[in-house]
Amino acid sequence: MRNNRSLVTTVVGVILTAIMLFPLYWMINVSLTQPTELRKDPPNLFPVNPNFEGYTRVLGEQLPYLGTSLLIGLGTVAVTLVLSAPAAYALAKLRPRGGTTLSFVLLTAQMIPGIIMAMGFYLIFNSWGILDSVGGLILADSTLAVPFGVLIFTAFMSGIPDDLIAAAKIDGAGAWRTFRSIVLPVSRNSVVTVSLFTFLWAWSDFIFASTLDRGGDLQPITMGIYRYIGNNTQDWNAIMATAVVASIPAAVLLVVAQRYVAAGVTAGAIKD
Amino acid sequence: MSVIKTVDRSTARGSAREAASASMDAASRPLRDKRRGQGAKAQLVAWAFLAPVVVYLVLFYAYPLYRNLDLSFRDYTLRSFIDGTADFVGFDNYVEVLTSSTFGPAILNTAVFTLVSIAVQFVIGLALAVFFFRKFPLSSTLRALFLVPWLLPLLVSASVWAWMLNSDSGVINSLLGAVGVPQINWLTSPQWAMVSVLIANIWIGIPFNLVLLYSGLQNIPDEVYEAAALDGANAWQVFRRITFPLLRPVSAITLLLGLVYTLKVFDIIWIMTRGGPGNSSTTLAIWSYRLGFGSGSPELSPAAAVANLLILLAFAFGIVYIRLQSRMARA
Repeated sequence: MRNNRSLVTTVVGVILTAIMLFPLYWMINVSLTQPTELRKDPPNLFPVNPNFEGYTRVLGEQLPYLGTSLLIGLGTVAVTLVLSAPAAYALAKLRPRGGTTLSFVLLTAQMIPGIIMAMGFYLIFNSWGILDSVGGLILADSTLAVPFGVLIFTAFMSGIPDDLIAAAKIDGAGAWRTFRSIVLPVSRNSVVTVSLFTFLWAWSDFIFASTLDRGGDLQPITMGIYRYIGNNTQDWNAIMATAVVASIPAAVLLVVAQRYVAAGVTAGAIKD
Repeated sequence: MSVIKTVDRSTARGSAREAASASMDAASRPLRDKRRGQGAKAQLVAWAFLAPVVVYLVLFYAYPLYRNLDLSFRDYTLRSFIDGTADFVGFDNYVEVLTSSTFGPAILNTAVFTLVSIAVQFVIGLALAVFFFRKFPLSSTLRALFLVPWLLPLLVSASVWAWMLNSDSGVINSLLGAVGVPQINWLTSPQWAMVSVLIANIWIGIPFNLVLLYSGLQNIPDEVYEAAALDGANAWQVFRRITFPLLRPVSAITLLLGLVYTLKVFDIIWIMTRGGPGNSSTTLAIWSYRLGFGSGSPELSPAAAVANLLILLAFAFGIVYIRLQSRMARA
């Protein structure tokens, strides 16, 4: 009886998940459809006659965009880690005066709509001469992640036993040494969480890319897709193939680091 | 403020070394003296660690915000890009924006988009959280799969939905057609455009609500449920009288975060409808982007004025969120 009921629940769960993930299935299905069958009615529900032309086009035309996104993602992770980890150590363990105010400012900073930042950056980058540059985009994208990084690291580092830090001090380690050799290694998990989310956000960014890098030589993959949509609305199999490729980091993240993902969502919102 | 300035001048590494040697010197001094000296040094060290982030916040948050504010009080033209000057025009841009025929629809659309999104996301998210909380075989795997839409680049989700909702070749119309529903022009008719972007945005927001509410459910002690079971409460009563009330703090935070994040939504609407047709799916964020970057002739100053109205809204709700959260932390 009990077994029966949980079987029914599982079936319901699978159906719900299938409905939820249908758009993803559809993205893959369309990416494999023959261009001539794209406008068929009714559409093919399964990739009966898979066609990899879309993917060949992605490899031919979108590789520079993918490379740029990778570069921007890694750069943003580096900037975010360097800025947020030390600050979080101070907030968690060194009891700075005004630390609460700083946390408050960080929490508020997260809520600023991207369009506002984009407009401000546009003027600033224009006068600094870094519009249309990868470096500029890295700086802009890091604003998506730095407050989050500090908050996650602070939450984690608050949990490090004070004894561990006191022991390091007795051994003659200064604050920086303690941070480098004790706190950072112990915080490996939160480094992973922050890096993953930062990479994903930088990889997914469209608003900064479309305002601050409108005409650059190196544009991220979101701009690659956007151009496809703008230029040739007929080639939806190529657009969807690019979309599939652009989704790979998210998929990898989910498979490799599932537990970090849920931790990131909840820690960012609830525990602060 | 003076602390920050002092810290700025010395590097983190340098002052850390100073602090280390200072604390060794201090060991030879009387106890009271030592504590006070260490206190000041400790503050210096702490702020040395914070200095980069503080500088960063000033340079990459405060300064852009200031530039944006400044922009909204000037008349920024193409010439301004070259010589960097723009005339001060006071509240002209705000007057222009507030009296524009787009203002009414934009406010209304922002309200509808935000409220309907968070309400539906919340209801579905809560139902799913309660469902997955029953812990059946595969439940944790399926729950993880539910996160995927939230992790995808928004641009990807928006493009997929745009194609699925395509009038002639979209799968949605094809499925609806199979049960006799006539063709709906999802993205190209004024009465359906808002519905379309809502569907896509709700789909993206469900995982976030699910995860937060699920973690809220985990924090409700088992004993409460056991007691209810002993009293013979049925499933609905348990939900009404126990789960829902005990979930209230988490629910409030989920809704408010949803509100703040939904106000920001830009990618989805821009890719799917560009705010159209007409202004039928134009929100404040879309309007601002369209003014500033949407056409060949950028109107940055009115765009900045719209953006500042948006930030006022976001901050108002943000403050409520932070208030609520600190009250929860104290409780």
